[in-house]
Amino acid sequence: MGQRERTLVSPAGGVFRGRAVVMDAEDVRRATWRIAHEILEHNRGAGNLVLVGLQTGGVWIASALADVVRAVTATDVPVGALDVAYYRDDIGLRPVLPVAATEIPVDLGGAVVVLCDDVLFTGRTVRAALNALTDLGRPAAVQLAVMVDRGHRELPIRPDYVGKNLPTRRLEMVDVSPEGVVLGDMVAPGDKVAARDLGALGDTVAPGALAALGGTLAPGDNVAPEGEAV
Amino acid sequence: MTPRHLLSVADLGLDGIDEVLRLADTFVEVGRRPIPRVPALRGKTIVSTFFEDSTRTRLSFEAAAKRLSADVLTFTGSSSSLNKGEPLRDTVLTLEAMGVDAFVVRHSCAGVPAQVAGWLESAGGAGGAGGAGGAGGAGGAGGAGGQPGSGASVLNAGDGAHEHPTQALLDCFTISRERERRLGYSPARPAVLSGLSIAIVGDIRHSRVARSNVIAFSTLGATVTLVAPPTLLPPSLEGWPVEVSHDMDAVVAKSDVVYLLRLQSERMNEQFLPSLREYTATFGLTAERARLLGPSALVMHPGPVRRGIEIAAEVADSPVSVITTQVANGVAVRMAVLYLLLGSGAPVGA
Repeated sequence: MGQRERTLVSPAGGVFRGRAVVMDAEDVRRATWRIAHEILEHNRGAGNLVLVGLQTGGVWIASALADVVRAVTATDVPVGALDVAYYRDDIGLRPVLPVAATEIPVDLGGAVVVLCDDVLFTGRTVRAALNALTDLGRPAAVQLAVMVDRGHRELPIRPDYVGKNLPTRRLEMVDVSPEGVVLGDMVAPGDKVAARDLGALGDTVAPGALAALGGTLAPGDNVAPEGEAV
Repeated sequence: MTPRHLLSVADLGLDGIDEVLRLADTFVEVGRRPIPRVPALRGKTIVSTFFEDSTRTRLSFEAAAKRLSADVLTFTGSSSSLNKGEPLRDTVLTLEAMGVDAFVVRHSCAGVPAQVAGWLESAGGAGGAGGAGGAGGAGGAGGAGGQPGSGASVLNAGDGAHEHPTQALLDCFTISRERERRLGYSPARPAVLSGLSIAIVGDIRHSRVARSNVIAFSTLGATVTLVAPPTLLPPSLEGWPVEVSHDMDAVVAKSDVVYLLRLQSERMNEQFLPSLREYTATFGLTAERARLLGPSALVMHPGPVRRGIEIAAEVADSPVSVITTQVANGVAVRMAVLYLLLGSGAPVGA
């Protein structure tokens, strides 16, 4: 709990407060397996694939997909990590600092790059990633795999592989980890989630997920992002 | 909060230095790419104003700015209207009126960068919110910081015998990352030089590099020993977090880093030394003395190196020397500083 909370503290201050578990660990695992198979099907094998995770949320997804590809095809697919801070279009408007260095282990020239990220939102991060890739080489193709597509696109970008389409409101937050996907809000530390937020859950979360929450969640409860409290 | 200017390495504090070093890691990676350039400072204009000779610092700053996609203007004191009698203040405000976002300033007089920063702040701040200065400077900088004036930053690229902050930052980066690479361990951040003994040898009196490095090394946890003839020490060392020694052999044997300074003959207007040969025999890192160095010791020099005087040529070219690594790291560290001041809009550690 402590660790996830730290990583989710936003630059503006505030803490992620989970409200609804949308996918559990098993759902995430199944989605990863499906996406890996879709990537293999679409590209007819693991031939010249390179999986590139966007720092930081996409890095574990890229390596999880590589694990599945290895299990299925006995091929080791190169896995890289890309930090796009210096390519963002909001530099100077908000704090933009890279979280980790970019590591691309192979030449991208002629490769099929699958960008992996946890959440697809406005599309601006992916736009930045596409620009960064052109500075790193000339891939034969670039595809996009995301665990959650939450809508609200601001650029003409669409994913090729999606774990789950999750309609959200703009100000909501989505936390994705190998342990699951949690919908919630960024709240100032100590704030309680207002009851009306829970009331509105019905239109934004799949009925199944809401039912799974059942009576266990009282307004203002802090759902552990790992989901163990639910 | 990121300071608006970098006049002294002390402006950054421990967390600020740590942030620069961390960013520099990412820019080292950028430098290894087929296209070693990122669009982070697109649309920003950086002017390098050097009123004193420089090779590596000026080129390193300009390379750093270009790799961040900033526009670079180069101003050289000797070919400017200063020769027609234009006061420095007018020159600075003229450049600012052209819409400059950062001044990289080197001058032979201590305090000039601070003076330039003062002019920039009073010119824009008093004159008008939303005036010509405000519009000329980047809107982004104004919005992010809410700072008075045009928002132009000043980076000290060496002022007299005062400070040379980016040199100190690249030296800290070089020591920490080179030890990490050679010894295979990562020191605990942010005080990455904790427990190290660093000797700074030579012309401390005239050296801005020594002043900045004493601050930076001790901030990062190192123990600093100054080694120099008494004539080349500053008149007073009160308040300096250093030890002083005149026994070069003993210090070389126990130091993790031996940092040699250039004898600044151009600033020596009186007799400080009996002879250069005597200086070399007593304080130079000769080949015989270099044998006393510990197995993991590093030898550094800010350049330009006067081979045969402060360091023997064969020592400067041996594996203990990281002098060229310092230069290579200079570009990445200056990218980090420029990005932190101009681009990130980021409060450090907030």
